[in-house]
Amino acid sequence: MNIGILINEGPYTHQATDSAYLFARAAIEKGHQVSRVFFYHDGVNNSTRLTEPPQDDRHIVNRWAKLAQDHNIDLVVCVAAALRRGIKDENLAPGFRISGLGQLIESGIQSDRYVTFGD
Amino acid sequence: MLHIVNKSPLDRNSLDTCLATAQPGGALLLIEDGVYAATSGNAAAGKLTQAMGQMKVYALKADLEARGMADRVLEGVNLVDYGDFVDLVAEHATCQSWL
Amino acid sequence: MSEGQIKKFMYVNRKAPHGTVYALESLEVVLIAAAFDQDVSLAFMDDGVYQLKKGFNTKGIEVKNFQPTYRALDDYDVNKLYVEKEALDARGLTQDDMVVPVEVMSRAEIGKLMETQDVVLSF
Repeated sequence: MNIGILINEGPYTHQATDSAYLFARAAIEKGHQVSRVFFYHDGVNNSTRLTEPPQDDRHIVNRWAKLAQDHNIDLVVCVAAALRRGIKDENLAPGFRISGLGQLIESGIQSDRYVTFGD
Repeated sequence: MLHIVNKSPLDRNSLDTCLATAQPGGALLLIEDGVYAATSGNAAAGKLTQAMGQMKVYALKADLEARGMADRVLEGVNLVDYGDFVDLVAEHATCQSWL
Repeated sequence: MSEGQIKKFMYVNRKAPHGTVYALESLEVVLIAAAFDQDVSLAFMDDGVYQLKKGFNTKGIEVKNFQPTYRALDDYDVNKLYVEKEALDARGLTQDDMVVPVEVMSRAEIGKLMETQDVVLSF
């Protein structure tokens, strides 16, 4: 199945992005395709390459990028939400791209299932 | 359809609204802070047990374990892992996250 | 799926305005969604009904007043707005307090409608 995911919260403050990551990884292990993850609201903060967690903590940004690279997931960050919060191409982590809300709707249309993670 | 609740029933009304809205035959998955509703002695235990007559109730085991609550899960709650979470999403045509 | 397929999208709004950004940013999604010629409906439940309470005056909090945008939804052919009756009752509100025409429904009725959707997005 083609599964789309929406993430509405930033890293470390809310569990939403952790839950979404573990869900996405399990979906891939089960043979499903996670075509696109859309980052909205504070979820856009999952995409900044300036993120530096302590050594003994998970690197939420990098592990999204790695999962995306390994399994061809389109990581899309909402442009309007991103600009409001200081996320631009210049501080965007590899593997992510900034685009419009249309990408969220398109993902809803093209996916067999759509799951939202937020607060 | 699949209903997902991630809020403690004593913090927000997500579970209440979900249970009042959900149609019979659906499924409820408790994740994150939502899993507290699935533990014995919680004030929400009664309404959750009542809901089991109408719908299947699942709770994410990893979230219960992380919170030290895996040893007091309410009878009738099915414990699941992330793979089962994926299966639940696949089995139901639609899902709603009660954020 | 084939091109041009129309899916049923329901946007569920359960958060009050201003205290958090969800009301404003979900409205932005709905405006974009309207351009995709999908079947769009909005459900306002719990504190989400406060999003439609007439008479926002946001001057004092120095925030843009996005309430006029709800009135513009009809221009985008977004006119299926469902408001939870129990939520209105619990907040001392009635249909007359709503800034746009809405259909007031019980939670159970909204639940039935939710079952018929292809995609449910909640903010």
